[in-house]
Amino acid sequence: MSQSAQPVGVVGVVSESQPGESRVAATPATVKQLRALGYQVVVETGAGHGASLSDEAFEEAGARIGDRVQVWGADVVLAVNAPSDEEIALLSDGAVLVALLAPATRPDLVDALAERPVTALAMDAVPRISRAQSLDVLSSMANIAGYRAVVEAAHLFGRFFTGQVTAAGKVPPAKVLVAGAGVAGLAAIGAAGSMGAVVRATDPRPEVADQVRSLGGEFLSVESAEAQVSATGYAKEMSDDYNTRAAALYAQQAADVDIIITTALIPGRPAPLLITEEMVASMRPGSVVVDMAAVQGGNVAGTVAGEVVVTANQVSIIGYTDLAGRLPAQASQLYGTNLVNLMKLLTPEKDGRLVLDFDDVVQRSVTVVRGGEKTWPPPPVQVSAAPAPTAAAPPPTPVTKEKRPITPGRRYTAVGAAAAVLFVLAGFAPAQLIGNLTVFVLAIVIGYYVIGHVHHALHTPLMSVTNAISGIIVVGALLQIGHAHTAVTVLSFVAILLASINIFGGFAVTRRMLGMFSKD
Amino acid sequence: MTASTAAQAAYIVAALLFILSLAGLSRHETSRSGVVFGIAGMAIALAATIGLASRSIAATGIALLAVAMVIGAGIGLWRARRVEMTGMPELIAILHSFVGLAAVLVGWNGYLDVEARGSGQTEIAHDLLNIHHAEVFIGIFIGAVTFTGSIIAFLKLSARIKSSPLMLPGRNYLNIGALVAFVGLTTAFVASPNVGLLVAVTAVALALGLHLVASIGGGDMPVVVSMLNSYSGWAAAASGFLLDNNLLIVTGALVGSSGAYLSYIMCTAMNRSFLSVIAGGFGMEAAPSDDKEYGEYREIKAEDTAELLRGATSVVITPGYGMAVAQAQYPVADLTRRLRERGVEVRFGIHPVAGRLPGHMNVLLAEAKVPYDIVLEMDEINDDLAATTVVLVIGANDTVNPAAAEDPSSPIAGMPVLRVWEAENVVVFKRSMNTGYAGVQNPLFFRENSQMLFGDAKERVEDILKVL
Repeated sequence: MSQSAQPVGVVGVVSESQPGESRVAATPATVKQLRALGYQVVVETGAGHGASLSDEAFEEAGARIGDRVQVWGADVVLAVNAPSDEEIALLSDGAVLVALLAPATRPDLVDALAERPVTALAMDAVPRISRAQSLDVLSSMANIAGYRAVVEAAHLFGRFFTGQVTAAGKVPPAKVLVAGAGVAGLAAIGAAGSMGAVVRATDPRPEVADQVRSLGGEFLSVESAEAQVSATGYAKEMSDDYNTRAAALYAQQAADVDIIITTALIPGRPAPLLITEEMVASMRPGSVVVDMAAVQGGNVAGTVAGEVVVTANQVSIIGYTDLAGRLPAQASQLYGTNLVNLMKLLTPEKDGRLVLDFDDVVQRSVTVVRGGEKTWPPPPVQVSAAPAPTAAAPPPTPVTKEKRPITPGRRYTAVGAAAAVLFVLAGFAPAQLIGNLTVFVLAIVIGYYVIGHVHHALHTPLMSVTNAISGIIVVGALLQIGHAHTAVTVLSFVAILLASINIFGGFAVTRRMLGMFSKD
Repeated sequence: MTASTAAQAAYIVAALLFILSLAGLSRHETSRSGVVFGIAGMAIALAATIGLASRSIAATGIALLAVAMVIGAGIGLWRARRVEMTGMPELIAILHSFVGLAAVLVGWNGYLDVEARGSGQTEIAHDLLNIHHAEVFIGIFIGAVTFTGSIIAFLKLSARIKSSPLMLPGRNYLNIGALVAFVGLTTAFVASPNVGLLVAVTAVALALGLHLVASIGGGDMPVVVSMLNSYSGWAAAASGFLLDNNLLIVTGALVGSSGAYLSYIMCTAMNRSFLSVIAGGFGMEAAPSDDKEYGEYREIKAEDTAELLRGATSVVITPGYGMAVAQAQYPVADLTRRLRERGVEVRFGIHPVAGRLPGHMNVLLAEAKVPYDIVLEMDEINDDLAATTVVLVIGANDTVNPAAAEDPSSPIAGMPVLRVWEAENVVVFKRSMNTGYAGVQNPLFFRENSQMLFGDAKERVEDILKVL
């Protein structure tokens, strides 16, 4: 099932109308990449202003500068934030809009879009599968936000992060608690750790412990029978028992740490309350709390979205919702690259023609409206974004059907049968053959036991030495040469020659090989 | 003590020395003395045989014998000195074919010496004549199978012919048919020996050897080579029965059973039954039906790999046949040395069937002077992989495929593999995204902790060395 859009696509990059938004959906670098995919690019006047990107820079990269109507009327419209009703009206029929649409929390917006014959793709609905990582805006934005959260906290925190011993006295290091070790949490752990703070982190998913440690943080696990292995890559709500135990842990930590950064977000639900009023009250004056979940109600009691609140005991609670946007150049670059990666996926021929393939789970998942028809929510994608649990699990025991334990009865039967066959064979054989058979059977057994414990590394030398030894067949030829028959002599001659190659070549090459094996 | 009893005594000594030789080769510490024992045993056996033979044959015979041995020794030593270590599998395969051909010739000689002379011959007592007939046949049969089988193995290993399995319809019936024909011909020959039957059995055996190895694919070559090694032993043992020579029987049986055991070890390493390897055709069943979604792989540059290695505390290198093809063992050894100087713990993890010959990788690494005590077997390293910072997979594919452990529907399911995916980072050196020998896609490449470094393994490792 596929649908193709206009012959030659024009991509419009809008100037964000939402107050305080400094990001832009393209940078000169991504404009070049879009043009490489065959698209024409129109950038709205001043679109890059907030991210310190001038119109000239966009022009140099090959974009045209256009006005609001031109840009919103393009075939493909790239934006950061969801459009207003007025902006939706500006979209031309059959256009494709790509933005952060938050379809789960804003059904009204999805409905509004579905009233127009347009296609809307939500960048925040990218499924968390490995293949879609390069499109995952939430990850790229969370990474930036996590870093910025630490910077904001450091800004309000009246002390060093790192511990120092100076002539003027000793400074203890700041203690930072990060609640939730997702992408944002890990970025925060890394940033705070590299500034010298002592970093601790909690998360209901035990498999992230290693990731926390790899960034220099200490993982505090909540003692609970309930361990969470995530199938969607996101955390989910926990049981009451877990929550009580977690609350105890937070209460204990709140009194000890200087900075708390909370990142607990559950998609499509209000953020869970982790830090209660009492916990905030127990913190030392001057402490800072950054609530990265403020946009969904916050993890901290008393958070006000978009503002800094100072409590009675002088604890600052930062509730900024635009942490990623506070690094606009970086955020625009990463978001723009995410968009380019999506466009690459949607433009398989690189000919400026957008093709939407609903058989592809990624494309299916991001599409909330297609040609005026509502396609949200998409069928669930069940892919593990957490490789750790699979890797940690011991590999399933291989199915070995041959390895049936041999019962004693079976073994006795086999040995008995073999012995009987040998007995009959030897019984009817002339004396000379019996002698030969005896030697033969014993030599087989010796051969088996002698190499039973051969070191793996010596397989090749062993093989070449047995090769040389099997050149012993020369003895047979030697005993036959020179007898009356000319044909016999000729054949023996050839046999001796061949076997000699084996003997001398085999031993020489084995010696050469063994000479190479050296111990440190 | 007559000359003949002296020769018998010498044979016993030689046989014991051969046993000591094989025993010595099972450990690094004693391996060199093992070869010395082998050479000594061979020298004693040859001296005794020549002494024995020289009493009954004319001077021209002795001269011919000497000429043949000198030429053979010359060729053998020359090849042994010149062979590249990456070319070891081919050399060993071709050497097997010589033993096979020699056994065929000895068998024919046995016929010409005894049967062809009809009832007038005196060498063999009458009651043993029928057994002699059968022995001639068995010797020729095993020898000829070894001969053509080894030739095909040689051609496949040296890439002169395609290594993919030849799939004739009803190939198992062809093999069984050849065995049945052999039994039938033997019975007929024992009843009335004649040269036509001898030619027929030789032809059947040559064809069987050809088909047997042609229908086994390149990835099973370690098993094939050790299997042919075993055959060459049985061929020698059969000649021993024919000539009533205990030394040949003992040596042949030693080589035969040790080769068979080695093949068995190889098969266990691939979790496959010996019969299914011999019957051939692995890789067919694995063919397409592989439209599963694996996601995207990520590429890494040599510089970034160097960066990764610089920050690592422990590195494990798992080489495969690709390292041999690219002749990358020297730069890899260099890299190992460089990293060890920096205090990084570097070890090698060798899968039992890596390469085209049992122990192939060990020989290559030894050639490049990698100390053997850091070259570990799969079982020794597997549990340490989870605590490893970086794993470099150089030219290996199926031996590091997580599908073997995790996907029961995979054609290689159950095969023990190196669990490299447990490491923190995996860098896979590969020429392209093509599948490995088994034709199975490798989910390792799409794991979040693995990255692909494309290109010739040797050049890429050298690039890394430049940055380091």
